[in-house]
Amino acid sequence: MSLWRDIRGTILPFWVTLRYLFRRPVTVCYPERKQIPAPRYRGRLILTRDPDGEERCVACHLCSAACPVDCISMQAAEREDGRRYAAWFRINFSRCIFCGLCTEACPTLALQMTAEYELATRELLQVVCEKEELLIDGCGKNDQYNFYRLAGIGVAAPRGSNPGESPPVDIRSNLP
Amino acid sequence: MNDVLLTFILIVIKLGLVLGTVLSLAAYMVLAERKILGRMQMRHGPNRVGPFGLLQPLADLIKLLCKEDLIPERADRWVFMLAPAISTITALLAFAVIPFAAPLHLFGRTIPMVICDLNVGLLYLLALSSLAVYGVALGGWASQSKYSLLGGLRAMAQMISYELAMGLAIVPVVMSSQSFSLTAIIAAQQTLPNAIRHPLAFLIFVIAIMAESKRTPFDMPEAENELVAGFHTEYSGMRFGMFFVGEYLNLIVLGAMLTVLFLGGWHGPLLPSVCWFLIKVLGVAFFFIWVRGTMPRLRYDQLMAFGWKILVPLGLLNILVTAAWLLWRG
Repeated sequence: MSLWRDIRGTILPFWVTLRYLFRRPVTVCYPERKQIPAPRYRGRLILTRDPDGEERCVACHLCSAACPVDCISMQAAEREDGRRYAAWFRINFSRCIFCGLCTEACPTLALQMTAEYELATRELLQVVCEKEELLIDGCGKNDQYNFYRLAGIGVAAPRGSNPGESPPVDIRSNLP
Repeated sequence: MNDVLLTFILIVIKLGLVLGTVLSLAAYMVLAERKILGRMQMRHGPNRVGPFGLLQPLADLIKLLCKEDLIPERADRWVFMLAPAISTITALLAFAVIPFAAPLHLFGRTIPMVICDLNVGLLYLLALSSLAVYGVALGGWASQSKYSLLGGLRAMAQMISYELAMGLAIVPVVMSSQSFSLTAIIAAQQTLPNAIRHPLAFLIFVIAIMAESKRTPFDMPEAENELVAGFHTEYSGMRFGMFFVGEYLNLIVLGAMLTVLFLGGWHGPLLPSVCWFLIKVLGVAFFFIWVRGTMPRLRYDQLMAFGWKILVPLGLLNILVTAAWLLWRG
């Protein structure tokens, strides 16, 4: 009967709220207890190094092109041996929306996201990070990948000597 | 002469006691509500200010006092400033007639534990709750804002129509105790509280005072998601605070009314009578908070239809049946 259902539907919720009153709250009391973010949490950005200890970033500007809020800027430069790097690299975290598009765009795995989320500060310029603050000594999430050894460019090692690479063909030997 | 002076001093002491208790109770009612609602929603309530957030009311008060007192340019200045005072003062005045404990026998004198034992105390309470409508309606009207006006209008219509049901629910109580004095009504409930004697009237009264206090499920006047905040949209600082405190004072007043009229007042075994009164009032307040944590808001036409088409006819029928029963019993 509909009336009986309505009465039940009015009274049952009271029992539910009373039960919840004596349950442990699920809230984490933040400054005293901190939640451990998931491994793929999108927090502060870092620049990593490749397994050889060189900077991974090749200053290709793909990240700043992918960035929807234009918070990444850099200047490209080239070393004597032909290896590209960023002369300066700047991320404005007061603008960053932590969408992760830059890390998806990065072809060398240089730019990676960390689980660090406590970025709040009273000093606005503190959240504008320069390359020295962004660059870490480790490899980040992938400790194998080395862009220059897989790209076929003779910068990290002479061409043909990288793993899985056959020596370059002498085009003269192809002539009839 | 000496006797008059003594009576006067006693009244002042009682006034101070009641005022202090009620005001601090209202302040902590806010905290209790936030805590209980929080726990019902599986979160902690306020717990930052002081141990367990116990100083939160104080922090709120300081914040409200320090805020800018803004009066809209096109508002009706005097009415705008008067409205919050009306809603607080009417709530405070209601405590004058509520007996909060058994009469005290001290040095050969009998001190009634009520500030003023009016023989028409019940009518006084009803009159004050009608006056409280003015605070809301004038506040909504004086703000010169559509939302405030709508909120004020809704509050007026709702409070007037539910007051009718409330009045009708009180009539059986008056009939069985044969007095308008609250002390006499409590005395008539020594053996059996009116809630058991008049269950239907009790139910109607509970619903009516819930509507009267403008709380969920009857919080149409300040329905956040359609009217911003209803009649107090334009208020800020301590003027808003007075509306806020008035609302919680009203909660305690209505709890006290329910206790006096239906739950047997300060009657109860073992514990002192003041304790019983407080336990009952706080129990009613907890019930109100519980309802707020449970029920969704009614639609406006449902609310009016429920008041006029169900509660009022039921109240009239209840009076008829009670009167017939009392006549038959003699």
